[in-house]
Amino acid sequence: MYTEKQAKEMRKKEFQIAYHAGGGHLGAAFSVTDILSVLYFGDVMKYDAQRPDWAERDRFIMSKGHACYALYAALAMAGYFPEEELWHVGKPGSKFGGHPKLYDIPGVEASTGALGHGLSFAIGIAYANKVDEKSAHTYVVLGDGECQEGSIWEGALSATTLELDNLTVIIDHNKLQAMDKLENIVRMQPLGEKWKAFGWNVLEIDGHNHNEIRNALLARKKGKPTLVVAHTIKGKGVSFMEGMPLWHYRMPNEQELPILMKELGLVDDDLQQSEA
Amino acid sequence: MRTAYLDTLYELAKKDKRVYALISDNGAIVYDKYRQDFSQQYLNMGISEANMLGMAAGMASCGKIPFAYTIGAFLAYRAFEFIRNDICLQKQNVKIVGTGAGEVYSALGPTHHATEDMGGLRAMPNLTLVCPASPMEVKKATLAVYKHQGPVYLRLGTNREPEIYNKDYTFTIGKGVVLREGTDITLIGTGSILYDVLEAAEKLATQGIQARVINIHTIKPIDQEIIKNAVEETGAILTVEDHSIIGGLGSAVAEVIAEYGKPAKFQRLGLKGFSEGYGSYGEVKTLNGIGIEQIVAEVSKVLFQKGC
Repeated sequence: MYTEKQAKEMRKKEFQIAYHAGGGHLGAAFSVTDILSVLYFGDVMKYDAQRPDWAERDRFIMSKGHACYALYAALAMAGYFPEEELWHVGKPGSKFGGHPKLYDIPGVEASTGALGHGLSFAIGIAYANKVDEKSAHTYVVLGDGECQEGSIWEGALSATTLELDNLTVIIDHNKLQAMDKLENIVRMQPLGEKWKAFGWNVLEIDGHNHNEIRNALLARKKGKPTLVVAHTIKGKGVSFMEGMPLWHYRMPNEQELPILMKELGLVDDDLQQSEA
Repeated sequence: MRTAYLDTLYELAKKDKRVYALISDNGAIVYDKYRQDFSQQYLNMGISEANMLGMAAGMASCGKIPFAYTIGAFLAYRAFEFIRNDICLQKQNVKIVGTGAGEVYSALGPTHHATEDMGGLRAMPNLTLVCPASPMEVKKATLAVYKHQGPVYLRLGTNREPEIYNKDYTFTIGKGVVLREGTDITLIGTGSILYDVLEAAEKLATQGIQARVINIHTIKPIDQEIIKNAVEETGAILTVEDHSIIGGLGSAVAEVIAEYGKPAKFQRLGLKGFSEGYGSYGEVKTLNGIGIEQIVAEVSKVLFQKGC
């Protein structure tokens, strides 16, 4: 499947970015990669990389801004900018940092990083599109840990009150946060039921199954915003990273690097090439 | 002030469909006429200040001009990070409108007093901070804020402020107004306390002290020229504000004077902590050391330093 191939390329690029930057939130980026691949390359989102400001475009907000390497990879592959620009993330002169910034990066719709902001911002966009009777859709990715922020639940109430059926929120439900398993820190379950109780059209999917992702991203319910609980694996694609809280922000050591490269399908040339 | 603001917003909404009134369940009654005539440009977001400002930023990113309104204390403190990241960092054209400046909500107590809002928000990049003094100035300020492209915090009182202007004048963001001429000392104020400052200046005149009174209605960017002229021409400055003496008008004026480098006697009159006590607005101001008589007394101290 095309989007699966694209997801594989994205994960390679995400590691290349981190390799040159010397770090990054790889676990979160890998977790959300399949969702973004389907969003950008699965004929889901309406966009034009040559016209990032196109008024009729769909918009995507990466509320969990620390997963931005996945967004950067998707935007480069979608044609918003040359991928070579990504080999200097976080370095002087680069417009790319460890969290996405509006205006600096074509295709980025909001500056995120502090958690709990993207949903309200997206509600503003969806509401504006609704009153303007535009057909544009707004997508947001939230972290499951991010749902511990109170502002998320303020937004959860507003979006249903405003009947924003042009808004889809995807929770990257990898069940881990920076320090530990989600449930060991804050009891979030039943997560989907909570959103359902708030009035959302709730779908639960395997967040790595591209068919399920696509169907969920295209799902609409009149008068209701859609909430997709995407069950994912943090660090998906690299065996020793999968499901390990340690990999929230860490880089592989000398022993781990060859395993990671083999599993992602990277060869030495890929790292050297991007170094040039 | 609220009525003056609402009347102006009503006219703006009538001529510009991009204008939206967002409120956080405050001021519902005064919004009745607006809501009736412009229901499509009105949203009561409920009690969720952070969400309201985040949403306002998203709307602005689509070309709308949201005026997001509630009690200033709730906007400036509760939603501080949303003002910073969603509005100011992203230069979104959101007008943050806080009512109840200073201790205006006198008997409601310190939770409802906006007495550190300017201090917190003055450091915020890309944010223009406007604090009008009277109903007439609110109308002019609201129009100017609408025309200004970019984030603004508009700091309003309530409904009982007296008018301080007896004739028309030009309101320009970033330009202070000389309300009264004088050469012995300059009193610099912001917001509705300027009425008290003018009263104090009257009393001082009976004692033979001619006080210049300046209205700094824009805290940021501040009018440096009008302050430097006051240093040159009066040599003594007292700032008066219904706000903490840290971070607000007094601090802003002190920065200008210190960097200017010319000698001047200088004092700040304002709150030295959280507001204390209950009563009418006038009574609460006096309880907290910023009543009319206290302004007069502070002037004597500054002039004593000056050697008059």
